Amino acid sequence: MEITQQDVEKVAQLARLAVSAAEKETFAKQLTQILAHVDTLNQYDTTGIEPTATVMGQVNVFREDFVCPSLSSEKALANAPEREADGFVVPKILEER
Amino acid sequence: MSLQKLSLVELHKKFKAGEVTATEIARAYFLRISQVEPKVKAFVTQAKEAALAQAEALDRKLKAWRKTNPLTGMPLAIKDNICTEGVLTTCSSRMLQNFVPPYDATVIAKLRAQEYMLLGKTNLDEFAMGSSTENSAFGPSRNPWNLHCVPGGSSGGSAAAVAAEECVAALGSDTGGSIRQPAAFCGVVGLKPTYGLVSRYGLVAFASSLDQIGPITRDVADAAFLLQAIAGHDPMDSTSVDRPVPDYMKALQKRDLRALKIGVPVEFFTEGVDPDVEQAVRAAIEELRHLGAEVKEIRLPSTDAAVAVYYVIATAEASSNLARFDGVKFGFRAKETKDLLEFYMKTRQEGFGPEVKRRIMLGTYVLSAGYYDAYYGKAQAVRTLVCQDFVTAFKEVDLIVTPATPTPAFKLGEKSEDPLQMYLSDIFTISVNLAGLPAIALPCGFSKTGLPIGLQLIGRAFEEETLLRAAHAYEQSTHWRLKKPMLR
Ligand SMILES: NC(=O)CC[C@H](N)C(=O)O
Repeated sequence: MEITQQDVEKVAQLARLAVSAAEKETFAKQLTQILAHVDTLNQYDTTGIEPTATVMGQVNVFREDFVCPSLSSEKALANAPEREADGFVVPKILEER
Repeated sequence: MSLQKLSLVELHKKFKAGEVTATEIARAYFLRISQVEPKVKAFVTQAKEAALAQAEALDRKLKAWRKTNPLTGMPLAIKDNICTEGVLTTCSSRMLQNFVPPYDATVIAKLRAQEYMLLGKTNLDEFAMGSSTENSAFGPSRNPWNLHCVPGGSSGGSAAAVAAEECVAALGSDTGGSIRQPAAFCGVVGLKPTYGLVSRYGLVAFASSLDQIGPITRDVADAAFLLQAIAGHDPMDSTSVDRPVPDYMKALQKRDLRALKIGVPVEFFTEGVDPDVEQAVRAAIEELRHLGAEVKEIRLPSTDAAVAVYYVIATAEASSNLARFDGVKFGFRAKETKDLLEFYMKTRQEGFGPEVKRRIMLGTYVLSAGYYDAYYGKAQAVRTLVCQDFVTAFKEVDLIVTPATPTPAFKLGEKSEDPLQMYLSDIFTISVNLAGLPAIALPCGFSKTGLPIGLQLIGRAFEEETLLRAAHAYEQSTHWRLKKPMLR
């Protein structure tokens, strides 16, 4: 399957990744090449084969709901790219009318 | 004999007996690091001051009461995608260049409880994506056997540091071969444990259904010794398995390999394998036979599918795991963006390197509407076939032996422009992760050009004892481990 630059743009948008014009070109080429290799999987007959998501078998892991120590807000904020008092500074989400 | 020549087990014995102090160990290693690190570039961060201070405190304490744990005072290097509280953990990415974790990974908490000595954090391909360390945002590490060659990846810094005697042993992580391939390229031992044996809590997630942490060491006994310290159930990782941890050192005592059946998969000996590698591995198989093992040919018919399956599943999981890097609570944040969308998009564009972006794109694509079944669903179904191959094989044999890599270490720059070629070089290590099995890489010879060659042994799930025992018996009957790199 040929991956076009428009495909790259669309996927980049989904992944919240800005890509330059040059990146669009290389990624289109490289993804086409990689997916051509992935297409070799079609040689394998998988009718009736269950997919494997994890090798451990899917068991739910339960535990008691109890209170235990967690990070202090000081520690949680220590890596903040921008902080103000006890909060993370983020861009405005709602537009003003 | 200088201290850094000793293996982990030997150094521990000397330390326990009080024949050497922690301060002497720290000084010896940081001297060695200062001598060879400019050539090898194994570390992202060195922890010299903290290590020396800790060593002094430890020596003072032990003077009063000499009680040691297996890893007390042992100088280790840790791959820089494993969280160390208070010490930078960058994943060799611009995205986490200034990230100081507020907590320890479970493996680190275990080592810390034993009073280990952290020498520093080692270089990797950005977010563990790669096979050469060339994808590190801070530049590649070098192979101590030939400084123009890559050390392998993604745990290339850890393997190079062990080979160059910049640490006594190290931890790496293995999603598709990242412990075993660099160990093979650097002539050291690398063990990927069974999925679920070692906690992944605090390992920065790449592909959660494949990732495992494991030891990179000078010999097999050291790998057993270090595995002992990090294995075991952890409530913080719901995929870690609750079962008793065996005594791995004890498992090494039985040298005789009679009663062991070892399979040689024909699919791992094709034209793509370098003749020197094939010759060394065939000779190793003969040696295993001499040691008493029964060797037979087996088939793993889905081997050729492994790389394709992996690059769908690993990238799909990565695209989801790496969604957390959004510039809000930690990590890199782009400057001067006009709205929230641009804030996310520029942060991720500027924070991630090219390989990480390529993988996020690929992973997002195979999960996107209209392609999910054709790619992700198909890959998961073929993954089942890969697993079934092993189930069938392990009905007939106890271990499988293969080359760890098709070729010895390649040159820096040789594959960096061609992602698919780079991906295909992992052909022999990847199926093990897809099936969640334990496997070890260890030295089995040298190429005509003087580069190490690695043997891979694969075991049944949770049968690390058999794996280590066979690897140890082979290692002790050969002399490969005695040859040391010239750092040229
Ligand atoms: N972390 C790993 O095991 C990496 C494996 C493989 N080289 C990759 O690039 O994904």
